[in-house]
Amino acid sequence: MNGATKDAAMNSTLANLGARRKSSGVIPKGLTVLAVIIIVLMLGVILANVILGGIGIISWEFLTSPPEHGMEAGGIFPAIFGTVALVFLMLITGVPVGVLTAIYLHEYTQPDSKVTRLIRIGINNLAGVPSIVFGMFGLGFFVGFVGRGIDSALFSGAGPVWGQPAIIWAAMTLALLTLPVVIISTEEALKTIPGELKDASYALGATKLQTIARVILPRAMPGIFTGAILAISRGAGEVAPIMFTGVAYYLPYLPGKLNDQFMELGYHIYVMATQSPDVEKTRPILYGTVLVLLVLTFLLNFLAIFIRSRLRMRRLYG
Amino acid sequence: MVTYKFKPKSKLREFVGEKFMALNAFTALIVILLIFIFIFKESLPIFTNSDVRKEAGISRMVFKQQYYEGRDPKWSWQPNSEVPKYSLLPLFLGTLKAAIVAMLFAVPLAVGAAIYSSEFAPPRIREIIKPVIELLAGIPSVVLGFFALIVLATVLQKMFGFTYRLNAINADMALGLAIIPIVYTIAEDAMTSVPKSLREAAMAVGANPWQVSFTMVLPAALPGIAAGIVLGFGRAVGETMIVLLASGNAAIISAGFTESIRTLSATIAAELAEVVFGSAHYNVLFFIGTLLFVFTFLVNLGGELVLTRIKERFQGRTR
Repeated sequence: MNGATKDAAMNSTLANLGARRKSSGVIPKGLTVLAVIIIVLMLGVILANVILGGIGIISWEFLTSPPEHGMEAGGIFPAIFGTVALVFLMLITGVPVGVLTAIYLHEYTQPDSKVTRLIRIGINNLAGVPSIVFGMFGLGFFVGFVGRGIDSALFSGAGPVWGQPAIIWAAMTLALLTLPVVIISTEEALKTIPGELKDASYALGATKLQTIARVILPRAMPGIFTGAILAISRGAGEVAPIMFTGVAYYLPYLPGKLNDQFMELGYHIYVMATQSPDVEKTRPILYGTVLVLLVLTFLLNFLAIFIRSRLRMRRLYG
Repeated sequence: MVTYKFKPKSKLREFVGEKFMALNAFTALIVILLIFIFIFKESLPIFTNSDVRKEAGISRMVFKQQYYEGRDPKWSWQPNSEVPKYSLLPLFLGTLKAAIVAMLFAVPLAVGAAIYSSEFAPPRIREIIKPVIELLAGIPSVVLGFFALIVLATVLQKMFGFTYRLNAINADMALGLAIIPIVYTIAEDAMTSVPKSLREAAMAVGANPWQVSFTMVLPAALPGIAAGIVLGFGRAVGETMIVLLASGNAAIISAGFTESIRTLSATIAAELAEVVFGSAHYNVLFFIGTLLFVFTFLVNLGGELVLTRIKERFQGRTR
């Protein structure tokens, strides 16, 4: 199979070489450069537009005060607070599951076993489920099934306590959505840990669990950290999964309990862009909110890229 | 004797620890299963409940319906009208239009950039291109949708004189931006994992660098690139916020791309929050969700299988 493919590829190459020996390949090369330039330009235009449109309104007051006059004035503090609270809860509920999954896959199973393959298919497919489907699932499972289940078991008949959209359900929905990110980053870190370290730990009489807790986990910390950061940057920007599971259009108070609703930056952008009675008046605030969200996700992404490249260096050069 | 007291305790801990980790590891699989069960469950009345079936059964969703006396039968999505109309055809058409044009826009750029960065770029420039495209991937889709709605739509309308400001082309360009990083990453990965021996063989018979790339590496990486395109298509079909913001959301049947479109995903996002719990409309929305889930699941599974098979072949691994 392998050899046959190579032979076929070789033959086609030889045939093609005969035909086009003289051409220097400037045009195809140039086209690929053009593709890169177009992509970079488009990214540049978007960033420039958002920065120029939003920088004027950013001030300490904008970041720390609530919206006023139907979002035509004031700041976006509740949305920032809600976003931070949301991703914090998402990390608490999601990262441990992801880390334990990665450790199990890397330390306990053979890479080619049926179980590993099945779990991997599950993880890869979870990463591809559309975010709006996660939102429906959060509504049906967390709010409808778990929440109403708790209500009927503990608070019979006293109206919905947990069986309604709430920040904890939105956070758990996002935790599932970002689970693959955490698993993959953690695994990447686990691969950089030299086998000798584990052998040394076993030689000293440590059990597998002790080795994992004292030798492997501390060394995997940068990878876990990277995964958490990427999860935040992904989770902070997702709107579809939280639409039905807990986010609110406008709230006069900040979420204080796990079953409160909350405001969020991405949803705030969506609401202001589509449901504002006067688009021109809300435009500066809209741009400011987009800039805040972009800065937040980009800073996190930069941090993750930085940590990951250092991790890669460690794997290559010890 | 100390060891005797110590060991069973420790063994139990090891056992419990391993099983606990295994339980966590199965979360992803269990969640996939739960997603299907919980979404499909809510759409079941379409098949089982006779009232719902009369209003929004499968034939009502697929075939032309005559809604008013004396008028021609047609396909129409108007779930909130006096006579609710649940034809999925306008939504299918909208989704297809969105995904296909977005792919036409994204694939040449993504594959071109992947070829450049894996084959021609000097290492230093490659180290810049990759993070830049990762940044593009890091832009939240609501921001891309916002940009298409506020800026791009106006620019495109001025340039081409579109009748409708929010239209398929506008949404598709923003959607394309969201897909470029996916196709790029997988295509680049496929090309860099082509074995060195193949490149060397081509060079040995006198190919210059670009000939090596276009006649040897590209054909060998083609299945991987195709998998990337398929996975990008899956993402385009499921993407919600961009089309919700930028497409105009009118469920029209037309062949043109300068009119509004309404996709399956945007329909769920726009209507689920206001729908009456347990109504036929509610069931139909969950049925649409089931379709989206099953479709993306199959696409992802297919793409994934192709990618693992290629990796195994290139690494010459025998099991």
